[in-house]
Amino acid sequence: MDQIILQFLNGLDKGSAYALIALGLTLIFGTLGVVNFAHGALFMIGAFCAVTVQRILTLSTVVEDPTKTDFLGNPAKISTPYVESWFGPEMGAALIDWSVPLAIVFAIPIMVALGFIMERGLIKHFYKRPHADQILVTFGLAIVLQEVIKAFYGANPIPTGAPEVFRGSFDFGVLIGFDPNAIIYPYWRMVYFAFAAVIIGAVFAFLQFTTFGMVVRAGMADRETVGLLGINIDRRFTIMFGIAAAVAGLAGVMYAPINSPNYHMGMDFLVLSFVVVVVGGMGSLPGAVLAGFLLGILEAFASMNEVKAIFPGIDQIIIYVVAIIIILTRPRGLMGRKGVMEE
Amino acid sequence: MSNSNFTRRGVLKTGSIAGAGLALPTYLSAAAHSGFTNAPTGDTVTLGFNVPQSGPYADEGADELRAFELAVEHLNGQGDGGMMSTFSSKVLDGTGIMGKKVDFVTGDTQTKSDAARASAKSMIEKDGAIMISGGSSSGVAVAVQGLCQEAGVIFMAGLTHSNDTTGKDKKANGFRHFFNAYMSAAALAPVLEQLYGTDRRAYHLTADYTWGWTQEESIAAATEALGWDTVEKVRTPLAATDFSSYIAPVLNSGADVLVLNHYGGNMVNSLTNAVQFGLREKQANGKNFEIVVPLYSELMAKGAGRNIAGIVGSQNWDWKLENEKGDRYAGTNAFVKSFGEKYGFPPSQAAQTCYAQTLLYADAVTRAGSFNPCAVVEALEGFEFDGLGNGPTLYRAGDHQCFKDVVVVRGKENPENEFDLVEIVEVTPTEQVTYPVDHPMFSGGALGSCNPGA
Repeated sequence: MDQIILQFLNGLDKGSAYALIALGLTLIFGTLGVVNFAHGALFMIGAFCAVTVQRILTLSTVVEDPTKTDFLGNPAKISTPYVESWFGPEMGAALIDWSVPLAIVFAIPIMVALGFIMERGLIKHFYKRPHADQILVTFGLAIVLQEVIKAFYGANPIPTGAPEVFRGSFDFGVLIGFDPNAIIYPYWRMVYFAFAAVIIGAVFAFLQFTTFGMVVRAGMADRETVGLLGINIDRRFTIMFGIAAAVAGLAGVMYAPINSPNYHMGMDFLVLSFVVVVVGGMGSLPGAVLAGFLLGILEAFASMNEVKAIFPGIDQIIIYVVAIIIILTRPRGLMGRKGVMEE
Repeated sequence: MSNSNFTRRGVLKTGSIAGAGLALPTYLSAAAHSGFTNAPTGDTVTLGFNVPQSGPYADEGADELRAFELAVEHLNGQGDGGMMSTFSSKVLDGTGIMGKKVDFVTGDTQTKSDAARASAKSMIEKDGAIMISGGSSSGVAVAVQGLCQEAGVIFMAGLTHSNDTTGKDKKANGFRHFFNAYMSAAALAPVLEQLYGTDRRAYHLTADYTWGWTQEESIAAATEALGWDTVEKVRTPLAATDFSSYIAPVLNSGADVLVLNHYGGNMVNSLTNAVQFGLREKQANGKNFEIVVPLYSELMAKGAGRNIAGIVGSQNWDWKLENEKGDRYAGTNAFVKSFGEKYGFPPSQAAQTCYAQTLLYADAVTRAGSFNPCAVVEALEGFEFDGLGNGPTLYRAGDHQCFKDVVVVRGKENPENEFDLVEIVEVTPTEQVTYPVDHPMFSGGALGSCNPGA
């Protein structure tokens, strides 16, 4: 039983990342009709925003300490971060410790701007082209972005820790009547789940309860009619692209402490998130979120030793098996609109 | 307006015939003269360095390449000579190899067997490389070794740790300086016994490919011989990034040791996830829960950050070896000085093995008095040497595996700087890690005979 609860929590956590990326993917597909294969790269760039903020906060003055030597026997160089010199050691250390949450503030404008540049500079030229062309150009863009990151940061993963207070794990089992230490779960993963829930809620509220969101939804349903009413729907869709990029970026920022960021982490998530979108229904926002959590949970359960004993290797294919079944039985996906992907 | 009569088809046809015509004599002439592939005819000799320049092991590949460049510099008489001055064999004199200036070409393995074979093939056929070295994966090493055997050139393996490279997939033209999974396990076992006792229950997470399998087999056999129980062996996909679903079952499995048979990004992520799930602070069966990573590298330690503190593993070499363990490891400081002054940081174990392999090849050619691969094989087989940083070493004739001391390390609790990530716990002497050529973990396949090509 404890294993089932643990894997359920793992599934929610994996599902959070899938849902956040798939939400952005489907937002772009629903508004602009573009299949954005560079979306995983936006997630990766978000994670590197966290790395960058950590690096900025640890920029240091370097002085030689003649009492110590480095590996070559020369005087050792001692670094003191500027923030520690400016704000005092305690405040400086606290700022460095909280670099990941601080990176959220830094990442939002960067990701929105990057989304604008991507959409206006490249993707808008492909609106009238077939989906295959859109996939090729955005996939190419993803490769370019990841190579740029590799050129600046290297290929090795870069550790980017969560704040000290969130580093341990929480004894979840005691709360629900299990023995101590039977079900423990990392604090940061719980923070990630809560963060994902807030972001998903915020995106839905924005679309549901604001005039801007209402126009966007109207545009998603019938772009031409909204245009005929004299509304510049293109500009609003460009803004939605920026918002989708920010959602992927924030998902990446908060993911940095879970697994050390590296330049190909976007690709690792992209294919799975694309499957999530297809299973949820192309263009359906609730579908993307539902499918994200559903596939995350299924993947977690498929990794259990008891399940693998019956179906060896099921953990590696479960998502694709589900995707095949859904596509065969319900081509429009779990919550897709009738007619989408069914012609 | 153009009056040209060129047609696309015509240009392609002519181009391909001309290209084939130009390429053919180069390959044949290179192969034909002295009865072996790519016999050097001018005043230079070309070596091919095949390292991952893209993909997840690109940083390791970059360090290998730095070491190769340094070795070539030293062979050509530039720089301070590095380990050439400490090497027990004194035939290298800084005038290249047998008076021929050393030139090199590089290829990108991408850590994929097919890409690695293609780049090695190109370096042999187009660039006339007479020896191929490098690589940072056993899958790649086995594939390229096979290609070099067929092509008739020498393969001096880089970072490859699977038993199979000098076990069931060994080849007469291939040589490995790096240690292997069996040696890691043999070196670790006594240290694990000393640190954690004989009554332990181990849970293995293993990367699902050749290296992972041999690593798991080796360390499980070594720890079971100590009296440890193996609770579970779980294979994880090589492409996995989040290991939480594989770590969660460890919590209540009854195990008190987690063995991570993972390398590179896999290991960084699985260790980070294990620490997040509180395994470092956990108590199980009345003991502290422990994590063991049989194969360590400095780059992995850097990627894992503070999570590496206290984790035990093994290395082929460490840059602090001579300072901490004395003159037996002569050559270490000379290499660290050359490398550190040129690049600004200490070399990794991947760099050391690649540097040593280049010098060993050059030395073997010079002692043999010929570039003929069969002469080189004869010079390297059974060759005993010292002064390359690992202490007295033997290149065993039966399987072309180097036998030398193995370094057992532990992640440092309070590193003083970014290079000070691991501490040396013990150096396990060669005798304890030596095994017979026909050991069951290395059985199957035969060395065969050397192939000079041509």
